[in-house]
Amino acid sequence: MTVSKDDKWTEKKISRREMLKLTGVGMAGVAIGASGLGGVMKAMGYELLEDDSTTAQNKVNFYGPHQSGIVTPVQTHIYFASLNVLLTSKQELQELFKQWTPLVVRLMNGETMVEATTNTRVPTGDTGEAAGLDAANLSITVGIGPSLFDKLAMQHLKPTALQDLPHFPKDQLQQEWTGGDLCIQACADDPQVAFHAVRNLVRAASGKVEIKWSQAGFNSFPAKGGTPRNLFAFKDGTGNPTDVQELKKAVWVDNGWLKDGSYLVARKIQMHLETWDRTSLKDQEATFGRHRDSGAPLGKTQEFDAFDVEEKDSNGEYLMPDTSHTHLARKSGVQMLRRSYSYASGVMSNTGAHDAGLLFISFQKDPAQFIAVQNSLGRMDKLNEYITHRGSAVFACFPGVQKGSYLGEALFNAL
Amino acid sequence: MKYKSLLSVLVAGGVLMAGCGDTEEAKKEDKPATEQAEPAKEVDLSAELAAYKQFALEQMDQFLMETEKFVNFVKAGDMEGAKATYAPARMYFERSEPIAESFGDLDPRIDGRLADIQEEGKGEEEWTGYHKLEHALWVENTTAGYEAVADQLLADAKELHALVQTVEVTPDLMITGAVDLLNEVSTSKITGEEEIYSHTDLYDFKANIEGAEKIFDILRTKLEEKDAALVTTLDEKFKAVDDLLAKHATADGGYVSYEALTEDDTKALAAAVNQLGEPLSQMGIILE
Repeated sequence: MTVSKDDKWTEKKISRREMLKLTGVGMAGVAIGASGLGGVMKAMGYELLEDDSTTAQNKVNFYGPHQSGIVTPVQTHIYFASLNVLLTSKQELQELFKQWTPLVVRLMNGETMVEATTNTRVPTGDTGEAAGLDAANLSITVGIGPSLFDKLAMQHLKPTALQDLPHFPKDQLQQEWTGGDLCIQACADDPQVAFHAVRNLVRAASGKVEIKWSQAGFNSFPAKGGTPRNLFAFKDGTGNPTDVQELKKAVWVDNGWLKDGSYLVARKIQMHLETWDRTSLKDQEATFGRHRDSGAPLGKTQEFDAFDVEEKDSNGEYLMPDTSHTHLARKSGVQMLRRSYSYASGVMSNTGAHDAGLLFISFQKDPAQFIAVQNSLGRMDKLNEYITHRGSAVFACFPGVQKGSYLGEALFNAL
Repeated sequence: MKYKSLLSVLVAGGVLMAGCGDTEEAKKEDKPATEQAEPAKEVDLSAELAAYKQFALEQMDQFLMETEKFVNFVKAGDMEGAKATYAPARMYFERSEPIAESFGDLDPRIDGRLADIQEEGKGEEEWTGYHKLEHALWVENTTAGYEAVADQLLADAKELHALVQTVEVTPDLMITGAVDLLNEVSTSKITGEEEIYSHTDLYDFKANIEGAEKIFDILRTKLEEKDAALVTTLDEKFKAVDDLLAKHATADGGYVSYEALTEDDTKALAAAVNQLGEPLSQMGIILE
């Protein structure tokens, strides 16, 4: 049923309409059309080449040196899913990424998973809830976790940096929010578009993967632009690397199969809103080390004002307390790209408190950067009083995909 | 005033309807002649439909016989006999549920749970059938006073048996029925909400799966012609569910109590059923 690999054929730019016509006359020897999800894909042995649309509205490109969703301007919504594999071989894993690649392109074009079917007696290939919505700047970032390498006997390719994160002071990790073999980070300016993407990719991989945990999140931007605030009302993301050189230094992996990829650290951090809300503004600002309204470092007036953590006032006190979050984080001396989202998921059943917080996400060249910051915060961080880390995961996110290639190809070429 | 507004609605409605008619006409004219001339071809499934009808009739024969046994135990006050017959008798009903439930009011009379009855705004006194007797046997520990309920159950089972003889099995009933059987498992059996007193949910679970597998088996040849890979996948997925269920089988051919299952057990069963449901929902390709 597979189509033989013909380089000229795969390289040839061919529209979907033409392809359907070709297959319709029996090129693959299989009837196309109404066989629903995966019918076209199966018939074509996943060689279907999808391309970034040049006409789609609010569209982020899929193809490029890096995956989308890392340096892509932060969207307003995320649906993050950590998956476990049910498949048992490297070959099946490769098939999965080949299957997903064109589907991801379609989703990011704001298109349905498959062309509409004519047979109403089978479920539709696309679940349909994104109909009528545009691409909403959907970005999809795929990564693989440390456990995957052990499950599929490919430990020799596991980067030494890809390890479960060590235990940090005050961690209260729960298994149901921790780890995973694969991740799909779907970010979009529409919550339904983001959810639709994860739902459909998981559905298309039925029997191959299952969701271990997932989290929806949101970010809101002031009308005038600028850094969004977390649920403690402080700006989150100030100090992110922005220019190409900084990103090269802090975010992109330099060599190996992960070259031009990045490590994603996800932490589900519960924020105790009730206790925070009965804390004086002065103490809140001393906790973060910044002024709440402006986002300026304590003692400064503008969000992006330079500051020296060692700077003291006339009484010999630190301008930015040495137990404050910003002081300790800056002291670690390392940078990473933070791309976090707030969440509000109802009520904690055991306490009746808000089940709300931050789905912290950072991208870095090496998880050691995150570990250094977290160790620097350590037991000292005044913010610890108001937060509890409940979940943790680390994933190696593939480099970007070139046309004709697929997600993770460099890994499989290295096998 | 009221009259006037009613009139205007009628007039507006008439205009709208006329409008619709016009567009329909226009559409038809737009279509190429070939498309109009070709009526939708229906695949010939007469042999498969007959085979399924035969299966359903056999199940209903057995259901009636076993229900009669069960009812006799209840009326004789034989608690042990009644309890032992309860779950196996119900399996014949659960296997053929796509057919059994096509008779709107009989299904709830035979198989209604107290929660279903209350949801419909009815009182407990209107509750009849198997689950009412389940409550008597496992919660009240008696059969005394339940003779009339038992008689009613047998009468309803007889009525169902008679009605099933007249059922017209359609391709949609079979194909939708197979998925519905799995949905039954996913929504009530896997949560232990079907047999909340006897905890014999795994019997129903097994029977629902067998009912779906029967439909798949009957359609197997037709499916192979369309998509042989789908048949292989379905064989694997049915086996995965059966293997998992077999882990919870007892020596006497029955199943352990739902309460003996751990959260990991139910999660694994639910995942296996979902993985079966996705390819099973593709069986409609034979109707193309």
